Amino acid sequence: MKRRNFTALVAGLGLTASLMGTSAMAQDNMRIALVVKALGIGFFEAAAKGAEEAAAELGNTEIIYTGPTDTTAEGQIEVINSLIAQGVDAIAISANDPDAVAPALERAMQRGITVISWDSGVAESGRQMHLNPSSNELIGNMIIKLAADNLPDGGQVAILSATTTSTNQNIWIEEMQKVMGNYPGIEVVATVYGDDLADKSYREAQGLMQSYPDLDAIIAPTSVGIVAAAQAVADAGKAGEINVTGLGLPSEMAGAIESGASKSFAIWNPIDLGYSAVMIAHALASGEATAEPGAAIPMGRMGDVTLDDTTSGAMADPFIYDSTNIDEFKSIF
Amino acid sequence: MLKRYLTSREALLFAAIVALCLLIATRFAGFVAPSNLLRVFNDTSPLILLAIGQMIVILTKCIDLSVAANLALSGMCVAMLNLAYPDLPVAVIVMVAIGLGALMGMFNGILVWKLAIPPIVVTLGTLTIYRGFVFLVSDGSWVNSHQMSPAFKAFPRSELLGIPMMSWVALAAIVIFTVVMTRTTLGRAFYAVGGNPHAATYTGLNVGRTQFWAFTISGALAGLTGYLWVSRYAVAYVDIAGGFELDVVAACVIGGISIAGGIGTVGGAVLGALFLGIIKNALPVVDISPFWQMAISGAAIIIAVIVNSRTRRNTGRIILKSAEKPA
Repeated sequence: MKRRNFTALVAGLGLTASLMGTSAMAQDNMRIALVVKALGIGFFEAAAKGAEEAAAELGNTEIIYTGPTDTTAEGQIEVINSLIAQGVDAIAISANDPDAVAPALERAMQRGITVISWDSGVAESGRQMHLNPSSNELIGNMIIKLAADNLPDGGQVAILSATTTSTNQNIWIEEMQKVMGNYPGIEVVATVYGDDLADKSYREAQGLMQSYPDLDAIIAPTSVGIVAAAQAVADAGKAGEINVTGLGLPSEMAGAIESGASKSFAIWNPIDLGYSAVMIAHALASGEATAEPGAAIPMGRMGDVTLDDTTSGAMADPFIYDSTNIDEFKSIF
Repeated sequence: MLKRYLTSREALLFAAIVALCLLIATRFAGFVAPSNLLRVFNDTSPLILLAIGQMIVILTKCIDLSVAANLALSGMCVAMLNLAYPDLPVAVIVMVAIGLGALMGMFNGILVWKLAIPPIVVTLGTLTIYRGFVFLVSDGSWVNSHQMSPAFKAFPRSELLGIPMMSWVALAAIVIFTVVMTRTTLGRAFYAVGGNPHAATYTGLNVGRTQFWAFTISGALAGLTGYLWVSRYAVAYVDIAGGFELDVVAACVIGGISIAGGIGTVGGAVLGALFLGIIKNALPVVDISPFWQMAISGAAIIIAVIVNSRTRRNTGRIILKSAEKPA
């Protein structure tokens, strides 16, 4: 017990010393902490890159890129507590658990720190606003647009989803159906379910090619499905004939882009996400904007985000990846 | 002799498969085209390989629920091996996959043999352990298509006489294990140990050791399938073949392999696997609501088992006729 107290004391002294050092050194720098689920994850490293970009654009802004070494809420709480002690101006967090980190973040807000969540949200009480990478409407529109853009004369498309009960996929498909009127000539001939299993998705894709010989595109809004469908199309020798598109990760889809089975696909861009989170945090911390329902907060080159009743907003359309940018992103996430 | 073949379980199951194909053909004529049937066989090859291994384990009154996890771990290991040493020849990769699978099978076998733990408990445990190891070795990340060497991905797809190598592997396994099961002492020992363990012990067979070899064979086949699976779908991740062990057991049950041990043939396991494989491949093309598909798969299994058990009903022999008569 005695030893622990002593260690804590030393740590406290060290912290005070460093605090004094930094505050003396950078009086008017705004310090924004980008707290991620865990360090060493490509997706978040890319987000940090975007955050630095935003800081450079804003000027006088320092980014503290931090997070626990494993994806636990406990680890994040420790990180948050140390950030409170350092007296940062803003915390932008992608939470490992929406509720567990909320009390620590509430404490941060009581100390006057601006708190926003991005990517993975925090309970409403624990943040001023939440930035979603995209919205269901935007995703629903994007997946059909990806297919339609390569079919100027219209054509048949089929959907390969996850399971029949996957909430996200069902909402996206529903949103997609709503905007079908904007894409005349595009006909959705079937919706099949690969259950997010590589073998079943592969078989379903083969079934689609057999049942609909004139099929032009397969839309798979799920990462396992899109990879399996692209493989099935490539194996059937129909790469270039049938375009597999939807939502996937660049690292997983690089082979499909290379083989030509997929012309393009989409997913959020972590660089844009980190950039926008910092832009918002800066605007809120400097008092240029307030986080309230209906407010529009500027995000630099990403435009504005409009907040809904739960003070959350959607950043943008999912970002499109194709042969021109896949090499840049496949090593990131 | 001919009559015995015609009324065997395998013949009945074969007839059922033909009937099933014809039924599917009424809804989707292209299904029975030879090229498509070859494709279905190729798609079912992993299931056939695993079902043969599982059959041997079930023959010895055991069950191996860890095959799918074994497949996933072997598959992930060889995928990562390929990632680290892209120039390693496929032959080495295949040997490593079989070796790893066999080791995992031996671990099951040792626990069953030396510690006499019920096989269902052992393999339920190792199922979770092996799945957990996949996570540990891969750190939860995927090995993707573009990271695998072209040779690694090409093997199951390359064709010999118009048939993909994956099908050839399954055909080779069918021939090899038919010979092993009918013509070798080890093969006959599997039947003896499952049919009547006590009698087997009296004839000098070591029941535990025979079960150990059954698990080893099942594991080796699972390892081989692991490589084929990963290279065919060109992706390795933690959940590959999740729940596949149930398909494998179902294939055996449909194929007339008695869960009580001692009864079953390689042919039965293969036909059982094909029956499931045909249903899996037909459902996407016959335009049936996905909500019904699972129910239909399940019903087909139960019907097959009922048919099997009915054909077996009269096999018991009354050896003391006089005792039956009232005194």
